[in-house]
Amino acid sequence: MTALEPTKLDRPRIARDRSAADAKAAKSVTAKLRRAEFGDRLRSLALAAPLLVLLALSLGIPIVLLLSRAVYDPTIADALPQTSQALRGWNGAELPGDAAFLALAADLRDNQARGTAYELAKSLNARLPGARSQVLKTVRQLEAADRPPLEVMKAVPFWSAPGTWPVIESGTHSVTSFYLLSALDLRWNADGGIEKVPPQQAIFLQVFMRTFFVAAAVTLATLILGFPLAYLIAAVPKGLAAILIVAVLLPFWTSILVRTAAWTVLLQKFGLVNDLLLWLGIADDRLDLMYSRIGLIIAMTHIQLPFTLLPIYSVMRTIPASQMKAAYSLGAKPFTAFRRVYLPQVFPGVMAGCLLTFILCLGYYITPALIGGASDQLISNFIANYVNVELNWEMAAALSFILLVFTLALFGIFARILGLDRLKLV
Amino acid sequence: MTAEATALSRDSAEPAPAADAGSHGFVEFIDVEKSYDGRTFAVTRLNLGVARGEFLTLLGPSGSGKTTTLNMLAGFERPTSGVIALEGRSVDRLPPYERNIGMVFQNYALFPHMSVEENVAFPLSVRKITKTEVAARVGRALDMVRLRQFGDRRPAQLSGGQQQRVALARALVFEPSLVLMDEPLGALDKKLREHMQLEIKQLHTMLGVTIVYVTHDQSEALTMSDRVAVFNNGGIAQLGSPDDLYNAPQTSFVASFIGENNTLLGKVDRVSGSECRVALDGGGSVTGLAIGVAEGAACHVAIRPERLKLAPASNGANVLAGTVDGRIYLGDHQRLLARLENGQVLTVKVGPEATMGNGEPVTVSCAPNDCRAFPADAGTGGSISKTGE
Repeated sequence: MTALEPTKLDRPRIARDRSAADAKAAKSVTAKLRRAEFGDRLRSLALAAPLLVLLALSLGIPIVLLLSRAVYDPTIADALPQTSQALRGWNGAELPGDAAFLALAADLRDNQARGTAYELAKSLNARLPGARSQVLKTVRQLEAADRPPLEVMKAVPFWSAPGTWPVIESGTHSVTSFYLLSALDLRWNADGGIEKVPPQQAIFLQVFMRTFFVAAAVTLATLILGFPLAYLIAAVPKGLAAILIVAVLLPFWTSILVRTAAWTVLLQKFGLVNDLLLWLGIADDRLDLMYSRIGLIIAMTHIQLPFTLLPIYSVMRTIPASQMKAAYSLGAKPFTAFRRVYLPQVFPGVMAGCLLTFILCLGYYITPALIGGASDQLISNFIANYVNVELNWEMAAALSFILLVFTLALFGIFARILGLDRLKLV
Repeated sequence: MTAEATALSRDSAEPAPAADAGSHGFVEFIDVEKSYDGRTFAVTRLNLGVARGEFLTLLGPSGSGKTTTLNMLAGFERPTSGVIALEGRSVDRLPPYERNIGMVFQNYALFPHMSVEENVAFPLSVRKITKTEVAARVGRALDMVRLRQFGDRRPAQLSGGQQQRVALARALVFEPSLVLMDEPLGALDKKLREHMQLEIKQLHTMLGVTIVYVTHDQSEALTMSDRVAVFNNGGIAQLGSPDDLYNAPQTSFVASFIGENNTLLGKVDRVSGSECRVALDGGGSVTGLAIGVAEGAACHVAIRPERLKLAPASNGANVLAGTVDGRIYLGDHQRLLARLENGQVLTVKVGPEATMGNGEPVTVSCAPNDCRAFPADAGTGGSISKTGE
């Protein structure tokens, strides 16, 4: 026993040394592994680099730049430097002093000299309807120079109206919440609070609601049509399944413009669909399918069907026939087996398909423009209008931003409910 | 296997043994036929009885009709003609979910979105059993397959063997009187398969449940079954105990499909009583048991490798001379390939100590009782052995 004492004493130290050595070895293995993996990651990153650069240049940066215009608008501040200076310290409640009027007159003259007066007028008009003509009128009168500038300014009632100066003042701040609030039919009131705009000016909330309604209706329609079809394609033998898939994809390979144009031919008052409905006796009179909500939903459903169907089909294909057989043999009646065994397994595909279609529908532009009536224009049509016609990019950016936030929020909710890894988009 | 199955498909003239309806009345197949395309039959003239508590295996190559037979019994397929009866009652109009038959699938068919417990509880929950009763029975079933601690895992988190045990528990938990198993061990590796064979056999003994088991693995069939129905070309080639099938095959297909067998080609010279004399192709002759052979007809003589002896012949035995053509070392024994003077090759099972080299002369002998002569029309010509691994 005594002879064993030293060894016993040594043992912990040996063990400690060994564990230290082990830890060191393990550490070096981890380090090696990390180095090896780092190389792999670098290689795969290098392969993806061209695409990433392209995406950043053509998508990421433009989106950020464009969306920033929703909150950053330096046009007025740049155009009215002296006015900005003069308004510093203004309480905002009553009319500002003569100095501010003089400063504005000087700024307006400068703008006329630089040739930017029209741009300023347009910018002010975007925030204060009717401002354009007043600005241009005032500039002309200042140009004439037959009266002192202050007299000219005071002679135009617009500049002494209570709502004018707060807008000018807010314009002198480059960062603004004006457009984002407008996109939600809101505005700042005189007390510095947020209020709803008067009903006759409110349009965007209604358009957003309409966009969501159309997207939801189309999603539901594609699901009702697509689910049984996906089930059929997953159930039939491979050869027939390939033919059916091609039949589903064929319209998918055609340009969206062509498909939309085709629907305008079919849906018009004396088109094929109306002919058929009359002939079958379903309708008593020719229906207004063109330029209507229902026509829009029909055309969008047709275009979106593959987007809903394919994720559902790809999930259904992976469910072996033995799953339902097992459920039956265990005593489940067909409906119970479908509800408890089949449906939970295809649910991620259904969600993915519906989400895909819903989000794509939120951005529809060509089809509503060609098939929808005046009251069927979706939010993208308004954005396009602001970009192309009104040249009010700030408003377009604000609407786009709100749409993007809604879309991301929706995606977040889906991902949260289902788990992103279970959302089988492909 | 498949090539052979095709070659064997001409074997349809083989008479199916009549089922002993009286003693095997629990499950009855009466003149059952199944055709998918209206021209060819996947199952023909099937008569088969299964006794209560029996472990019956349907064994055969792929395409022999065994899985179709099982699917008809489960209710997934309907017979084209004939009657299937369960406990004396025809089940032709009974959908699968009303048959109360447990089934285990080759790919397990566990529900991936449910935990192990939920999977096992499924057959109970569709039967409107109270929650406490369900929990108790699920617990017992999981204990039975020793998986209680894995109850809240998903099937994907279990190994293949564990998944199959869950499938077993799920098929047994609602206490069906009949359980069908469709190649349940096909996806497992050899060691696990052998282990699970024992486990299934133990469950069978313990629960007294009737099991109809489908496999193409003859060693699995021999190990587990009370009786084996060897399927070939849509019908039963032979039905009997594993011992019967191995030692007294009634057709050359069964002789070559069950276990390993040498096949010598020849022509029947003379039939006397139960024995016959066969003149081998290329010279030489053997005496063997006549199994339905006629004088002058071509025949196959089947001899098990372990029945062949290198020792000097005893009285009345067949003696064949040849040279060593190869020796395969298998640890506990060796296989010696002996090329006979007539050019045909025999596999002989010898002890691990044998050392003869290629080209050495060798004399092989076997008793007439161990040689079985079958008519040659069964098309087993090329196939000598079947190890079933």
